[in-house]
Amino acid sequence: MLEPFFWIIRRDLTIAMRRRADVFTTLIFFAIVVSLFPLGIGPEPNTLRLIAPGIVWVGALLASMLALEQIFSADHRDGTLEQMLLTPQPVALLVAGKVLAHWLVSGVPLVLMAPLLGLQFDLSWDALQTLIVSLLLGTPTLSLIGAIGAALTLGLRSGGVLLALLVLPLYIPVLIFGAGAVEATVSGLGGQSHLSMLGAILVGSLVLTPLATAAALRVAED
Amino acid sequence: MSDGTIQPALQIDALSCVRGDRVLFRNLSFEVGPGELLHLKGQNGSGKTTLLRALAGLLLQESGEIRWNGKNIRSLREEYSRHLLYLGHLNGIKGDLSAVENLRIAATLEGFTLSESRAWEVLEEIGLRGHEDLPSKHLSQGQKRRVALARLLANDARVWILDEPFTALDVAAVQLLQEVIHRHVENGGMAIITTHQEVAMIGEHTRTVTLGQKHA
Repeated sequence: MLEPFFWIIRRDLTIAMRRRADVFTTLIFFAIVVSLFPLGIGPEPNTLRLIAPGIVWVGALLASMLALEQIFSADHRDGTLEQMLLTPQPVALLVAGKVLAHWLVSGVPLVLMAPLLGLQFDLSWDALQTLIVSLLLGTPTLSLIGAIGAALTLGLRSGGVLLALLVLPLYIPVLIFGAGAVEATVSGLGGQSHLSMLGAILVGSLVLTPLATAAALRVAED
Repeated sequence: MSDGTIQPALQIDALSCVRGDRVLFRNLSFEVGPGELLHLKGQNGSGKTTLLRALAGLLLQESGEIRWNGKNIRSLREEYSRHLLYLGHLNGIKGDLSAVENLRIAATLEGFTLSESRAWEVLEEIGLRGHEDLPSKHLSQGQKRRVALARLLANDARVWILDEPFTALDVAAVQLLQEVIHRHVENGGMAIITTHQEVAMIGEHTRTVTLGQKHA
């Protein structure tokens, strides 16, 4: 039952390894966006510490969205997507596999990179830890929700912009609780409650979004 | 399935399809049984591909019914997909993966395991010897088509739906494919194909349906 799920993950990881450049574009985009703010705002440590959680989170959000377009488009173009819809496997399961692979390739590097970028903002060790945990819980949700948008905009001419319009509003709760967790840690309140909310959102999207994405893919291939 | 004596068959009942404000076909009814080959004819734009996609279950809206073993394919869905092999205009292979990898992944998704050695055998049979391990993007158009067609040999699906399977193939490959289809039909399989080439689709069980003859 789960074998196709693991094969899809393996397939997408293999392809990603053979096209490493795509992974690095996302990562470098993240680093540049986040680094622009200290350059623009100036080296005042207190200001930087204040805005750091929000900026790192917005950067991660944009980078994650940038990577989204690739999740189904190549499969759509070469016909492997329509083949996937015609297999006896539940499409939602295959979607979940694809999203997981996509997150491993585009989300995990962001999580690993974030503490380095956080250092630029003079974040404390505690705050950095919370940042990592919040991104670990938050970025999979971004991929899961974003996959719906990516499926809906498949094959459209100005798909990229439309994808941003569709998906960014849905990212707001994740942004609020993600950045909120780090802010709360910085101010000494502790980010546990925010992290719990992020976890809850993750579980909810894990259950619901693959079904929605599968339905959207069927529409896209109609 | 409901009554065991009936041989599995694909029934198309009063199928109509509208794309935009154009009627592609209306009230189309026919049946394909075991050991039958259906050659779908029609001019460009007469709706052949659309009909094949509908038969594969890729189209969401159409009026009329497509039944497999007497049951609507919409309600069967995965149960129907198990018996189906659809090959459209797109080859459905990943350029970054080799022919062997492509074939094995397709097999796993279709619900059976294809060993690596069997994959090599199948690819040799389809004439890709020496190209099994190359990333598919380095293959020629005809070779990519062969990789896609190799699924026919590896699979034991009952219903084959092939949209222009002969495009980009050389003479030897066309002949090989004809043989493969012939063998499949002889063994009680069903095949629905479109092609503009006048290929000798031998066998007494070949039927033709022509689209776009009379328009409402």
